[in-house]
Amino acid sequence: MSNTTALHAKHLEAGAKMVDFFGWDMPINYGSQIEEHHAVRQDAGMFDVSHMTIVDATGSQAKAYLQYLLANDVAKLKDKGKALYSGMLNEEGGVVDDLIVYHFDETNYRLVVNSATREKDMNWLRSKAEGFDVTITERPEFAMIAVQGPNAKEKAATLFSAAQKEAVAGMKPFFGVQAEDLFIATTGYTGEAGYEIMVPAEQAAMFWQSLLDAGVKPCGLGARDTLRLEAGMNLYGQDMDETISPLAANMGWTITWEPADRDFVGRSALEAQREAGTHKLVGLVMTDKGVLRQGLKVKTDNGEGVITSGTFSPTLGHSIAMARVPAGVGETVEVEMRKKWVTVKVVKPSFVRNGKSVL
Amino acid sequence: MSNIPTDLRYAATHEWVRPEGDGVFTVGISEHAQDLLGDMVFVELPDVGDNVSTGDDICVAESVKAASDVYAPITGEVVEVNEDLEDSPELVNSDPYGDGWLFKIKADDASEVEGLLDAEGYESSIEEE
Repeated sequence: MSNTTALHAKHLEAGAKMVDFFGWDMPINYGSQIEEHHAVRQDAGMFDVSHMTIVDATGSQAKAYLQYLLANDVAKLKDKGKALYSGMLNEEGGVVDDLIVYHFDETNYRLVVNSATREKDMNWLRSKAEGFDVTITERPEFAMIAVQGPNAKEKAATLFSAAQKEAVAGMKPFFGVQAEDLFIATTGYTGEAGYEIMVPAEQAAMFWQSLLDAGVKPCGLGARDTLRLEAGMNLYGQDMDETISPLAANMGWTITWEPADRDFVGRSALEAQREAGTHKLVGLVMTDKGVLRQGLKVKTDNGEGVITSGTFSPTLGHSIAMARVPAGVGETVEVEMRKKWVTVKVVKPSFVRNGKSVL
Repeated sequence: MSNIPTDLRYAATHEWVRPEGDGVFTVGISEHAQDLLGDMVFVELPDVGDNVSTGDDICVAESVKAASDVYAPITGEVVEVNEDLEDSPELVNSDPYGDGWLFKIKADDASEVEGLLDAEGYESSIEEE
């Protein structure tokens, strides 16, 4: 029996092509995934991300708990509503999941974790909470809609009350605010400006319809994947998992090493990995015909690697990928495609930002 | 249900075949096939002049989702390819039985087409998938 979000009927009504996404019946596209992709790069698109898991961590030791749980340090969060991206590691220094944490105050935080790993994450969050005065509360009563694109904020704002408009006025990227019955955050997974909005489930369908009426195009998981890959953002389960070090997943920037006496889960394993050196996640670009795909083998001067995510980039008009390869690769590597070895260019794993190529 | 024109013949591998007269047949992929593949991003066509045999993989339709071989539904010579697909592979999605055609084959034996599936036969073959 599959799970459905509060917006399921809206997807069916729009004629979406539905697929099973880790137990959730979700839209892959509403016709053309490429058109949906372009809508987000050029105008405004929206995604139903209600399947993601929202968890509140509250209590007198909420901050200390998260400082122990996460490789990034919530002590960096000073301003109310500021968000932080972090990996949650196991003792072996592998990634249990990646998440966003919003800081309200030192006793009150909100986490958004992946849906595919919901049960594992909830068990992990609860087991690590032992010994801390912290309460872990799932918030399934919210639906979540990501509205993304250069015109996304303007179009979404047409639905906001005066108080909500005031609450988001001048809000910088990577903040969230509770404004009346909406939680509005300047986060996303596309490389464009926009909001992720948590809305009470019973209001979700009406909110979605109002966004449609405001000219926001519904977009499925297909476009969500090509957008995040162009933006160089990792997908859990593909670009990293429990067996992969964050250092081998372009997540080094999310690890807060100082102060050296902050003990977080996986720290000692991570220090050993840093000492020994790890593989690196790089970007690949192929301007010839064909599409780089997940799982394809990569040959470098320093040994073999693998493509972790690959796609056709609708914005660039050619294929891009992320690959985990031995450290110190040169400017090109070889990829095995349809029984032939093809030379492709190595770049930083980031391809498109705010509608423009960064290659 | 997917659109399956009754005036065409089909291979179980989702190609359609339309007689153009003089032993020449236009080939494309069915609406059902393009729907399974999703947005087309590249089409690698055979070369004009290629001699092909039934069942040869002679063309690749690559979508956002996967690269899929297209097989010669009949034996003969490739006499024309749809060059518009170079710049507009999405024609395969928007008009699979029209502007999204792939190539034309001059059949060695035009009667071979009689052995392909008719619309009804193709419809039952995709229902079994």
